[in-house]
Amino acid sequence: MVKVHLWSGLRRFTDGADVVEVRARTVGEMMKALVEAHPGLEPVIKAGVSVSVDGKLIARGLHEPVTDDSEVFLLRQLKGG
Amino acid sequence: MPLDTKTTGFKYIGTRPDRPDGIDKVTGKARYGADAYAPGMLHGVMVRSPHAHAKIKNIDASKALALKGVKAVVTRADFPTGLEGEDWNIQENCMAGEVALYDGHAVAAVAATSLLLAREAAKLIEVDYEVLPHVTDVDEAMKPGAPAIRAGAADYSVPEGLHPNVMRYIEYGHGDLEAGFAAADLVMENTYKTEATHQGYIEPHACLAQLGADGKGEMWVCTQGHWFVRRMSAAALGIDVANLRVTPSEIGGGFGGKTTVFIEPVALALSRKAGKPVKMVMTRSEVLRATGPTSSSSIDVKMGMKKDGTMTAAKVTMRMQGGAFPMAPIDSALDCAFSCYNIPAVHHEGYDVLANRPKQAAYRAPGSPMAAFATESLVDEMCRALKLDPLKTRLQNASREGTKASFGPTFPRIGLVETLEAAIAHPHYAAPLGPNQGRGVASGYWMNWGGETSVSAALGEDGSVTVSVGTPDIGGSRASMALMAAEALGIPYENVRVNIADTGSLGVNEPTHGSRATYASGLATIEAVKQISTKLCQRAADKWGIPVEAVIWEDGSAKPSGPNAGEFPPLTIGELAAEMGGTGGPISGHFEATPSGHGGSFGTHIVDVEVDPETGYTSVLRYTVVQDAGKAIHPAYVEGQFQGGAAQGIGWALNEEYIYGADGRLQNTVFLDYRIPVASDLPMIDTVIVEVPNPGHPYGVRGVGETGITPPLPAVANAVHAAAGVRLRSLPMSPPRILAAIKAKG
Repeated sequence: MVKVHLWSGLRRFTDGADVVEVRARTVGEMMKALVEAHPGLEPVIKAGVSVSVDGKLIARGLHEPVTDDSEVFLLRQLKGG
Repeated sequence: MPLDTKTTGFKYIGTRPDRPDGIDKVTGKARYGADAYAPGMLHGVMVRSPHAHAKIKNIDASKALALKGVKAVVTRADFPTGLEGEDWNIQENCMAGEVALYDGHAVAAVAATSLLLAREAAKLIEVDYEVLPHVTDVDEAMKPGAPAIRAGAADYSVPEGLHPNVMRYIEYGHGDLEAGFAAADLVMENTYKTEATHQGYIEPHACLAQLGADGKGEMWVCTQGHWFVRRMSAAALGIDVANLRVTPSEIGGGFGGKTTVFIEPVALALSRKAGKPVKMVMTRSEVLRATGPTSSSSIDVKMGMKKDGTMTAAKVTMRMQGGAFPMAPIDSALDCAFSCYNIPAVHHEGYDVLANRPKQAAYRAPGSPMAAFATESLVDEMCRALKLDPLKTRLQNASREGTKASFGPTFPRIGLVETLEAAIAHPHYAAPLGPNQGRGVASGYWMNWGGETSVSAALGEDGSVTVSVGTPDIGGSRASMALMAAEALGIPYENVRVNIADTGSLGVNEPTHGSRATYASGLATIEAVKQISTKLCQRAADKWGIPVEAVIWEDGSAKPSGPNAGEFPPLTIGELAAEMGGTGGPISGHFEATPSGHGGSFGTHIVDVEVDPETGYTSVLRYTVVQDAGKAIHPAYVEGQFQGGAAQGIGWALNEEYIYGADGRLQNTVFLDYRIPVASDLPMIDTVIVEVPNPGHPYGVRGVGETGITPPLPAVANAVHAAAGVRLRSLPMSPPRILAAIKAKG
């Protein structure tokens, strides 16, 4: 199971947890599994998030692999100047 | 994506050739946004709200339309309805609907056969307003009783009970905050405020738009990102993106402020209605009133530190107004607040708030300078209280590879430690100071960005190469791309030409933003030209009758390699290119990706100032920027980015601010009153390029465009404190404010 770290403000959509476990092999599967397990996250993910996998910030790479050992963070979408 | 990385032994990378666009730019031949012309072209002028907040009861354009030469007037009624989210925000910002939301908000526009006539016609458009209560300060906008600007527009994140002007709420952190503060010998907490500032690009927004009744159009525009312009304009007008071709002009500065649209959809709407091309060029006052300055901010920071300087806990609460629209950069501000430090317990809280001001836009490291001002000022205050060296204390707590970042993930290879060590060793840090002089230091961070990227490269018949990229060249990126292509192919820099392609020529490219152009377009350039050398190896293999695996590309030539390759003289790129028509046809390369290996960049700044105790005027005497570039492709342009960021940060610290009157109108709408630093205000800014290669780029590049504006705000504040003995926690530190603080101290 992949452990996904969420920012604290999302705890109300995940029964208070800021780390949730989902079964996934890619970022895309992980997003889908997150929404299936916690439907309240759907508008958050739809509005746009970034995913950090082992320190690499992935914006839209749904095919990027994740493993049970990956360090995964769901982050707010960022923009630069 | 696996990359063949190379960090040493370069032939072209790290040299300083002249930029290919330089001569045209210094001789006035380069074509900027306002230089576009078309036969039969009309001139468009905007009508703007003189009120900070007002209901638009009626717009009567009959007198304007009666003028000979006036061809069209548009209002919001000329735009489609039903847009949602950011598309609606952009449409609403470009042309107000039912309510004017800030001083300068566009409410109508007119196109006429001359600029003078269009201006005259704009004055004849009568708008009937019902003035509404307004609020421009972020703290005031959150208080009970503040006028609600867009009630009900808050998103899922906002807890019940907050003012309806709060659009988003963010909270996150890790570690035991209470235990962390309990373990500290010193806990300090202060509130800091920063005013909105403008990017101050010299070239105002300008475009020439043509849109036919069939919905097909074309636009020439000054922008950091023409695919963004295409998408946003098409959404605002309800047309397909493929029907709009956008070509970027040269650009006279952007710094993030030209990553969105303001006049472009309106020019297209005028063109569609008039049946003629329409040119629009903003005045400086329009730029300041109605484009995208930064947010203003109000920040509470609390930190705990042991006597030996070890940081134990930190907490930040940030309130930012981003104008009358959501999306103030609280996310990145919070992420950067404590990113320089390895602190066991951190907590972040942020409020994205509406106010009756223009929609904020990105400005170099959006949010990070404000956060740095608060946290790096407090770190300085704590070091002073504990009699600690401010740079060594930063080094003691510095984030490094393996540190769990304050915003969550574990840092990969980063270069903060190296910048701090270089700053400590720099002669500037130990130089003597005179009376009324003081020295300040601060560090800063920006995470950088990869983004959607598409690049093509084509081989010419003489062996020269044309590279087409989609990121407009603001700070010398053509030169950087040419250097990387030359390095990868082993051909002279002069044999590579880099063009900025239009939206019809490449796949989607994000703008030149997020410090991404040299990183992402550079990576794609290298990969695209490698496809050319791979194809040339095949042509050589065919010619020699050996397998392609037995051919290598080296120093601009195909060479046989390996025990069974045989003896053949190398074939140069020129020889192979001359024959390509008969050996298989044209040769080109293409690469597209959203690269995610952008490495963040840290910087540390040292500044000396002198404060005149009689007037409160601050002179910047000496300034040194130390920053990690990963690998400097063209060192002169890296230094330029460092110097530019420092200069803009100094302006933000000392003088620049949006000044609103009690009526909610912007008071300083020209550069005489909105005071950016000019050359005579600044010393030569010294630079030190630190190179800690980024493993996510073939040559180790990290973006450098944004980090440089982050440390100056606190570094200058810390220097002012050292010089004058007064701590200013509100920016800008203009002479009257410093003088008042000196007098209050007694």
